[in-house]
Amino acid sequence: MLQGWVIVLVSFAYLGVLFGIAYFGDRRAARGRSIIANPYIYALSLAVYCTTWTFYGSVGRAASSGVGFLPVYLGPTLMVALWWYVLRKIIRISKAHRITSIADFVASRYGKSHFLGGLVTVIAVLGVIPYISLQLKAISSSFTILLHSPAIVMPAKAVARPFTQDTALYIAITLAAFTILFGTRHLDATERHEGLVAAIAFESLVKLFAFLAVGAFVTFGLYGGLGDLFERAHQAPELERLMTVSGGGYGTWAFLTLVSMLSILFLPRQFQISVVENVDENHVRKAIWLFPLYLLLINVFVLPIALGGRLLLGSGGVDADTFVLTLPMAVRQEGLALFAYVGGLSAGTGMVIVETIALSTMVCNDLVMPLLLRWKWLRLDEWPDVSGVLLLVRRLAIAAILLFGYVYFRVAGEAYALVAIGLISFAAVAQFAPAILGGIYWRGGTRAGAGAGLLAGFAVWTYTLAAPSLAKSGWLPAGFLEEGLLGSDLLRPQQLFGLTGFDEISHCMFWSMLANVGLYVGVSLFGRRSVEETSQAALFVDVFRHTGALEPARLWRGSASVEDLLRLLGRFLGPERARETFLAHARRRGLREPGELPADADLVHFAETQLAGAVGSASARVMVASVVQEEPPGLEEVMDILDEASQVRAYSRELEQKSRELEAATAELRAANLRLQELDRMKDDFMSTVTHELRTPLTSIRSFSEILLDNLDLDLDERKRFLGIIVKETERLTRLINQTLDMAKIESGSAEWHAAELDVREIVLEAVDATSQLFRDRGVAVVRPAPGPWPRITADRDRLMQVLINLLSNAVRHCPPSHGRVEVRLGAADGQLRVEVQDNGPGIAPADHEKIFERFRQVGDTLAGGPRGTGLGLAISRRIIEHFGGRLWVESDLGKGATFSFVLPLRAPAPGVAVERAAGTAV
Amino acid sequence: MAERILIVDDEPNIVISLEFLMRREGYETVVARDGEAALEALARTAPDLVILDVMLPGMNGFDVCERIRADPRWRQTRILMLTAKGRETEIAKGMRVGADAYVTKPFSTKDLVGQVHRLLGA
Amino acid sequence: MRRTSKTGQRLFAVFLVGAVLLNYPLLSLFSRPTDVAGVPLLYAYVFGVWTLLIALLAAAIERTRD
Repeated sequence: MLQGWVIVLVSFAYLGVLFGIAYFGDRRAARGRSIIANPYIYALSLAVYCTTWTFYGSVGRAASSGVGFLPVYLGPTLMVALWWYVLRKIIRISKAHRITSIADFVASRYGKSHFLGGLVTVIAVLGVIPYISLQLKAISSSFTILLHSPAIVMPAKAVARPFTQDTALYIAITLAAFTILFGTRHLDATERHEGLVAAIAFESLVKLFAFLAVGAFVTFGLYGGLGDLFERAHQAPELERLMTVSGGGYGTWAFLTLVSMLSILFLPRQFQISVVENVDENHVRKAIWLFPLYLLLINVFVLPIALGGRLLLGSGGVDADTFVLTLPMAVRQEGLALFAYVGGLSAGTGMVIVETIALSTMVCNDLVMPLLLRWKWLRLDEWPDVSGVLLLVRRLAIAAILLFGYVYFRVAGEAYALVAIGLISFAAVAQFAPAILGGIYWRGGTRAGAGAGLLAGFAVWTYTLAAPSLAKSGWLPAGFLEEGLLGSDLLRPQQLFGLTGFDEISHCMFWSMLANVGLYVGVSLFGRRSVEETSQAALFVDVFRHTGALEPARLWRGSASVEDLLRLLGRFLGPERARETFLAHARRRGLREPGELPADADLVHFAETQLAGAVGSASARVMVASVVQEEPPGLEEVMDILDEASQVRAYSRELEQKSRELEAATAELRAANLRLQELDRMKDDFMSTVTHELRTPLTSIRSFSEILLDNLDLDLDERKRFLGIIVKETERLTRLINQTLDMAKIESGSAEWHAAELDVREIVLEAVDATSQLFRDRGVAVVRPAPGPWPRITADRDRLMQVLINLLSNAVRHCPPSHGRVEVRLGAADGQLRVEVQDNGPGIAPADHEKIFERFRQVGDTLAGGPRGTGLGLAISRRIIEHFGGRLWVESDLGKGATFSFVLPLRAPAPGVAVERAAGTAV
Repeated sequence: MAERILIVDDEPNIVISLEFLMRREGYETVVARDGEAALEALARTAPDLVILDVMLPGMNGFDVCERIRADPRWRQTRILMLTAKGRETEIAKGMRVGADAYVTKPFSTKDLVGQVHRLLGA
Repeated sequence: MRRTSKTGQRLFAVFLVGAVLLNYPLLSLFSRPTDVAGVPLLYAYVFGVWTLLIALLAAAIERTRD
């Protein structure tokens, strides 16, 4: 027994979940970790196309006209194949021009025309209101029906009920509040609502599962599968004809397919989700097949449910639109019925929220704001902060739209089944097709043409669909339907000019498209164009060529100041945001401060684009124009510029091509030559030596490891000895690798050098400390340099340490143990600082003085016990010293010890060395 | 009488491992650290097999090999070359100067021992 | 963005195929009161073609990675 409060609770709980998801999504987006940046979410969110029309209405349609409910879904399936070209282009254009709604798109394309933007908004609002009312109808009906469960009672006619008892009103109010919360918490320059998209994706899943659940239940629970169901249906003669398309139905089928193809693009909510909310163009790819798949899945069980409903509930008392709900109720499956209710609620709320937000954005940006701007006495351009006004306008718009939706529901909702109402809206938004599709593919489309087409199409739509719907509900004299305006037969609204045999949608589509396209093309061809239109047309149609959008900058001359633009932006985005965007823009251009930005056409364009995100491009244009003094170039000039540009480009491209080919040829020859020489050298190269060097310790490691494995009976001492060798060789290998890499980096110039002013003595002392263990182990004495003061030099601290440690450890290793002695001395002369490291070891023969600095060379065995050198230490040290403009050499004779000395220039660093001024060298 | 093996390598640790391996197989070992010492040890101890590293200070392994083969006394002495570069050119060169076998470093101990056995006909 | 990429052409072909298969006159051929595997012919045909189109779309998208 489902009681009212349970249903209400569930409803609010579900809305709460949606809100939670949206909130979570927005939070994640704000932290930069968007959860919607994935193609599956995108594809799912597109399913907002399926509303209660799909959830309830399709079954209703199927119950009366069989497969006639399908074209509405086949159309989009066909259209997505064309999305590859069309949708991606629209998305590209919209991103490039910061377009945030359909009205914005049309306005921007046709010379940033306020008039067109307003017209599109009006058409959209008026066209979509019936659609919204159908959602209200469906939700309120489903609520009422469920309330009376388990009895199946059809809701009484809405007009019979007073306002205050009409659930639809309360639903409308709730949805309005919810939408305001959802969509107008703050203003976003991009008009993106990440949380909303996540919530929509979720609700797409809910409605799909709910419908599939009911469908599966009816097909396999109430009947024995599809075969069984259809067989029973065959036995009822009136259900036979549902399995086929009747004769005249093909025309309807085709027109419905066409109109739904256009709707999938131009319904405000579809545009919002597929274009404005799109995060990544590439998401369109997956959506191209995922979305039709969704449509297929949600429609599989429509006909079975319709037939099941007709078989079980008869064709009189129960409205077929409600079968999805009433079938589970009829067999006492209250849980399933509740689930179905939630599914329907899901479908309806998703549509209402997105559609209303999209519409309110248009109303605010393209209808109200331009009007307010024109009201001179309001002096809107002098207000310091307009964002409050914008939010208020949007909220009022949302409330108003839902109110109108409710009103239409009361007035005209009863006359039609759900699907029919929806189709009226489809026909309305289809009027945008010529202007938009023409706009992105035909440069010749003009503002006048678009305006004429839109007006004509809209007028025909009103006359042939909207007005009759009101007439059928009794709000207009019914006679006008039969006799036509002014009593003329030819002007009968549903058989215009005598065209009969069409259903009302096809009839409307035919005439409205004829008028729309005809006037669009005709007026465009025979009319004139403004400068702005031409440039915008080129930008739109050629969007894939202009990835940088620098062209508009050329078509603008005038003067502005950065502060003015910044202030203007601040008023709409908030001063903080404005400053941030300017800063980011400055940084992108390699400057540090917004103040350094030149006030040129590029900046103006940038400001305009940013502003367009908040208030629509037409308004943005006006406002920026008011800030800067602009001289629009004349048409001639623009044509000249465009012409010249293309000519010059062509010519210079040719030249460039030729010279580049020549260059390329010579370069190739030279490169080939060098490569041959290089290859030759590579034979005795660094790398081959390195591989050899690396294999030596590896050999020991492997051998001893294998020995240990194969001889488990070795005594402990030997085992320890061998393991010790393995460890030492591993260390040697590591040292070798590190030094080799170091060497390679230094040689190839990719090492990092951090030069700073240093006190050498301090570094020497540190190096001595670092090697003190070595000294102690071998019992070698060390003599530190005299205190100084010593002049400072410029070098890399770590690298200098590396050199000193290398020299010191070499010295230690060559000293005789127990009476070894290493002395470090400093000296300054001739503008250089000199460091000497002297040991009393066996010395180095003069013949080897240069050899030891070669890579991988070692001279004189290190006495047993010390770690084996790598042969690279001195080579690296020398390169380090030379990098800083110094010199490293050795003075020695056999039997007389060795003195390694290096000098570094004082003060003036070697060319090419960047110096960091350190504030004193800390320890 | 146990066979004698001359190990010629300048890397102390590798010498240790080779000595261990050969002694374990029951061979006698002699060590030389460069080419000159090798030739001298050859004359002094007349080994049956020489394990000869290519990279030696001073004279390199190939030259040593050539010198060994040039002397009629040592024509029959087996020579097993140890090389870190495994390229064909190296191997071919080794064969050309008269080595009987070669092993690349790092080698498998089993493999090395196996080669030694084979060369000494065990 | 290559305007005449293979993917785009394939998709356009799918569009054409779908438009033809799902309209008069081909549609009328299947509009008969017979059944196939217990399911009405028209129903089976439309859903079959629909599934086929989706599969073709998926193939066109997933196959060519430009």
